Amino acid sequence: MWAYIVRRLLIGVPLLLAMAFVTFLFIQLAPGDVLAQYRENPSIPQELIQQYEARFHLKDPVVVQFGYWLWNLAHGDLGDSFVRKAPVAQVIRERLWNTVLLSLTSLLFTWLVALPLGIFAAVHQYSWGDKVFSVLAFLGMSLPTFFSALLLLYLVSLLGWLPLGGMVSANFESLSFAAKVLDVAKHLIIPTLVIGASAVAGLQRLTRGNMLEVLRQQYIVTARAKGLPEHRVIYHHALRNAINPLITIFGYEFSALLSGAALTENIVSWPGLGALMLEAVQAQDIYLVMGDMLMAGLLLILGNLIADILLAYADPTISAS
Amino acid sequence: MAREEENAEKRVEAAPRPSLALWQLGLRRLRRHRLAVAAFWVLVVLYLMMLCADFLAPYHYDNESRQHSYSPPTPVRFVRDGRLSRPYVYARSYTFDEYRRRVWVEDRSRPVPVRFFVKGDAYRLLGLFPAERHLFGLDRAEASGGSTGAAPGVPARLYLLGADARGRDLLSRLLYGSRVSLTIGLVGVAMTFVLGLLVGGISGYFGGRTDVVLMRTCEMFMMIPGFYLMLALRSALPPEMSSVEVYVLLVAIMSLIGWAGFARVVRGMVLSIRNREYVVAAQASGASHLAIIVRHVLPNTASYAIVALSLSIPGYILGESALSMLGLGIQDPHASWGNLLKEAMNVAQIRFHPWILLPGVCIFVTVMAYNFLGDGLRDAFDPRGLTREAG
Repeated sequence: MWAYIVRRLLIGVPLLLAMAFVTFLFIQLAPGDVLAQYRENPSIPQELIQQYEARFHLKDPVVVQFGYWLWNLAHGDLGDSFVRKAPVAQVIRERLWNTVLLSLTSLLFTWLVALPLGIFAAVHQYSWGDKVFSVLAFLGMSLPTFFSALLLLYLVSLLGWLPLGGMVSANFESLSFAAKVLDVAKHLIIPTLVIGASAVAGLQRLTRGNMLEVLRQQYIVTARAKGLPEHRVIYHHALRNAINPLITIFGYEFSALLSGAALTENIVSWPGLGALMLEAVQAQDIYLVMGDMLMAGLLLILGNLIADILLAYADPTISAS
Repeated sequence: MAREEENAEKRVEAAPRPSLALWQLGLRRLRRHRLAVAAFWVLVVLYLMMLCADFLAPYHYDNESRQHSYSPPTPVRFVRDGRLSRPYVYARSYTFDEYRRRVWVEDRSRPVPVRFFVKGDAYRLLGLFPAERHLFGLDRAEASGGSTGAAPGVPARLYLLGADARGRDLLSRLLYGSRVSLTIGLVGVAMTFVLGLLVGGISGYFGGRTDVVLMRTCEMFMMIPGFYLMLALRSALPPEMSSVEVYVLLVAIMSLIGWAGFARVVRGMVLSIRNREYVVAAQASGASHLAIIVRHVLPNTASYAIVALSLSIPGYILGESALSMLGLGIQDPHASWGNLLKEAMNVAQIRFHPWILLPGVCIFVTVMAYNFLGDGLRDAFDPRGLTREAG
């Protein structure tokens, strides 16, 4: 198992590097750079600009610059953010956990809602409830994340129950620990609902489909014929087998989750990697963009890896080696 | 069970003239899918409206009236002095109440009739014929501000769906915006189609090292979190581009991200086709590799390819909307549905002017129509579900 994990991570390395190089190339192809603004600003001394140019080798060809970036990366240095005037690693560290937190709560929400609904719809196929969920799922699959975010914000602005954006209230520092947790939780509700709900529809349909397929199998007939109570048949015999294909989906969903999270972060001003990316891109803050991109890629690789490991645990016919 | 029967039916009926009969059968199955048919007609109506946008829109997309900033939808009245009359509106202007909220006042002294085939902003019908008639609207002379009444000097404006911050008609901007939002999916898919078919075809046909290299490249593109890549790529180009350039750029960026998944589906299909007798026969008779791929292999993937692509159109529409909404896509004064939603990013604006959410409804309806149509196409042309996982 460990050999497998290490090998998977090693395969990810060239992938990440290729991704980083493409990004680097594109950003450096862009006319103007972050220093262009500095040069136009007379209050910034020429020496500082030259100092920056020398330090980040901005006058060298792109490939050489990328080489320097890699060299520094190998030494654990992601470079400095020009705009924030702080090391990229530090800026990202603050944001990374916010995105991870939001992604986890969204995932949890999706699975906790979609699985029971999918099971219900399969067990009560063609019932009234199944039909309602089918219609809702079709509507939900077509509802863009950004639009559901706006609708929810509108609704909440009318009701005034929840904070409308950001991650903490203005008086956050003065709160006790429990109140701080509660405060963040309140701010989490809207983005979690938006990102989570966007995936619920698809997952509910898949769960239903898989469950229906499994319920038609002969071992289910056998289980019922033995006189097992229905809940044992469904939860012990059917569910485990219906869930396996879903775990594969879990890996694929990760990319969509990250993208959805990035967009939602920007709309509800959640201070995560996605919101940071937009800021960095707008300011052409190259090292911040690179670092952010790298982190997102890393999260994706880790997510896929976790999905594969889970699958190996859940399905004994798949061996991880 | 039903699916197996259909397959059996297909085998029997398809025997004499395979390709034609397969399509006919597919179309017949599609027609039975009522939601897909309804979705198809919804899309037809939307695209027709897009083509006639200039004529249907009462105003040009950049025709602004700052006195009508965030004007709510204009009520069109049919009854005057207790009798049925031709539709008319009143000129409206706003003052502020003590909380600095807008209060709209109607100038009831002067009804302005809504006229059909009225002369308005000049445009070129279908981009060719100069014209200035609009399906409906207010006559300029009749609408111009009166000297007396509740709002002297303020012209009447027709805002069926309300106005934006600069007093531009939302309906007109939605109609013009559909030109971007409705075409970008088709253009993007066309690019993906060519790229994916070529790469997938080559990869599957030659196999071996070519296959490995191409598929690793595909995986790399699939691994990159799409939204982040989109932002990074967009940043590479100057922000002050013309809207046409931005449009082309958005299509290119999204195709670059989207082709990989499609290429993998095609590759899988080509792998199973390349050893068929007719391909071997073509090889034996000395046809070039490219000719075999283009003439013998790829046409057999066409029905699956079309299903996979129709299911991916919404992705392009959503991508454009998201980027435009964040200010990285189509720029003001040009309109796209995403760009129109930009104003809604400010919660306070949604709260007091909820009609600025309407572009989102348009996106929702279009995406839903494409989803239903794609679903129907899949049931009709891909009963084995090859595109189900990759789509």
